[in-house]
Amino acid sequence: MKIIVCVKRVVDYNIKVRPKADNSGVDIASVKMSMNPFDEIAVEAAVRLKEAGQASEVVAVSMGVAQCQDTLRSALAMGADRALLVETDAELQPLAVAKLAKSIAEREQADLVLLGKQAIDDDCNQTGQMLAALLGCGQASFACDLQVDEDGLTVSREIDGGVQSVRLKLPAVVTTDLRLNEPRYVKLPNIMKAKKKPLERLSPEELNVDVSPRLTLLRASEPPRRQAGIKVADAAELVAKLRNEAKVI
Amino acid sequence: MSILIIADHGNGALKPATLNTVTAAAQLGTELHLLVVGENCAAVAEEAARIEGITKVLLADAPHYARQLAEEVAPLIARIAGDHTHLLAAAGTTGKDLMPRVAALLDVAQISEITAIESPDTFVRPIYAGNVMASYQSADPVKVITVRATAFEAAAVGDKAATVQAVEATAEAGLTQFIEETLTVSERPELTAAKVVISGGRGMGSGENFSLLEELADQMGAAVGASRAAVDAGFVPNDYQVGQTGKVVAPELYVAVGISGAIQHMAGMKDSKIIVAINKDEEAPIFQVADYGIVGDLFEVLPQLSEALKQS
Ligand SMILES: Cc1cc2nc3c(=O)[nH]c(=O)nc-3n(C[C@H](O)[C@H](O)[C@H](O)COP(=O)(O)OP(=O)(O)OC[C@H]3O[C@@H](n4cnc5c(N)ncnc54)[C@H](O)[C@@H]3O)c2cc1C
Ligand SMILES: Nc1ncnc2c1ncn2[C@@H]1O[C@H](COP(=O)(O)O)[C@@H](O)[C@H]1O
Repeated sequence: MKIIVCVKRVVDYNIKVRPKADNSGVDIASVKMSMNPFDEIAVEAAVRLKEAGQASEVVAVSMGVAQCQDTLRSALAMGADRALLVETDAELQPLAVAKLAKSIAEREQADLVLLGKQAIDDDCNQTGQMLAALLGCGQASFACDLQVDEDGLTVSREIDGGVQSVRLKLPAVVTTDLRLNEPRYVKLPNIMKAKKKPLERLSPEELNVDVSPRLTLLRASEPPRRQAGIKVADAAELVAKLRNEAKVI
Repeated sequence: MSILIIADHGNGALKPATLNTVTAAAQLGTELHLLVVGENCAAVAEEAARIEGITKVLLADAPHYARQLAEEVAPLIARIAGDHTHLLAAAGTTGKDLMPRVAALLDVAQISEITAIESPDTFVRPIYAGNVMASYQSADPVKVITVRATAFEAAAVGDKAATVQAVEATAEAGLTQFIEETLTVSERPELTAAKVVISGGRGMGSGENFSLLEELADQMGAAVGASRAAVDAGFVPNDYQVGQTGKVVAPELYVAVGISGAIQHMAGMKDSKIIVAINKDEEAPIFQVADYGIVGDLFEVLPQLSEALKQS
């Protein structure tokens, strides 16, 4: 079974971003960038399948600027076998990413594509589901457990009321939720080894994909800010305030 | 041209978020159609027909729609999409799973978790864990949207019923098979619809200690939520998680107990009307958004709070 895992380079989750002063976009110049945390979980899941002898090859794929190579090197250090960068300076929205991923999945004849459920920058939660539609295959989004056997996958999904389990034929698309696994810490020798693993660069044109954005950002603004309130001495004072001042109980 | 709302429901009843989605749709036009897809869900369609503003209910009833799997439902919506300018669903896990698949079949963008509508083609949505509100304009012929329920009022349900029209089912796709579902059973109100939410974090220390919160929740008619740390530690089930990547709540009163207030947690509760924080660390970021804070050990404060509620 050949696995593709999609990794996105995003602003590190510890950083609180702000809109630009002129509201034209988000101020992310010179902030720390990392692999999207959900994608680390996806890489971990893929590498574990490889280590268990259930996957033959793990190919990490990223779309975006040249610096996405760093993100791909992290995936290689975690244990992916090789990497593909679809390099472009264009703004990529989920539909475009899904089209690029489709083209690569077909080129590589992937059996399973793993993605994060959500990129923590755009918070879209769309790309995996779109990819599954384009490939005409099954999708298991928000996965918290993944079991592979000879003729398919069994996936547990985190849904609003609890957990749902579904069975998929291959090829299939799975998006990861937080409880699927805990990604490993990468050791130094593996970072060194990752530098020697193959990383191929492609362009959207070579894949024949039109990546033009469908949505135009008109304005990026600050959300209404909350004022810090007061500290109360004890529970009795709190109940009095909630009842008489805030009138919520 | 009309607007199509996809009902979020368990085959027996509508989920409340559907009503908030209708209010969002009503800002876009007056011809509002509501699609109910499922198995043996005529009762849901009848309930839906009484939502104020709905002019027609479409009902697609077939065995392979029983679990509303995206692989089965998306082709149906794509088939009827052409008659509509906008397709909207609540941004619960069902809508989030389904609507991107619909959008890709139609070759259009999908706009996730909108919180405001500026015009029929321009929508506001939070990005970067709600640290930025982005206003996006769409040039696509059909707008495929998920709606953040807490950002819109619930539409009223009256006595006047719109017509219910059966829609022919699409052929079974058969790509994915439902096996089972384990749902959290609770007598308490649903997290995203509750007027009061009491959430616990890592500071709770264990799953057993959550009984302190549950007791309080029962006194106040509240739902119980949690931070990611509490879910990851196995204190409570995953669907308790409030935050950027969990559920978004905006109750009248939100009580955060033993929660530090990470950006990712605040993204899911900072639109609550009143926020209370109980934390032993007076520097905890949660106090920056709390209307009322108690600095103290939760194991002392919670029993006192329960007592104070009983007394008054
Ligand atoms: C990709 C990603 C997505 C995420 N999504 C979410 C999400 O949706 N929701 C979410 O909540 N988090 C999310 N997180 C995690 C988030 O970054 C924080 O790690 C998490 O919210 C911390 O939970 P906590 O406040 O319970 O724990 P901590 O940060 O450890 O805080 C525990 C608090 O309890 C207090 N405390 C301890 N003991 C006591 C006591 N006896 N009495 C009173 N106070 C006490 C401490 O002072 C401390 O402030 C996400 C993270 C990532 C990377
Ligand atoms: N530019 C990208 N490069 C690689 N993977 C991506 C990219 N954008 C999105 N993805 C994948 O799609 C998932 C969901 O992203 P989104 O739909 O934007 O929330 C991410 O977790 C990634 O796995």
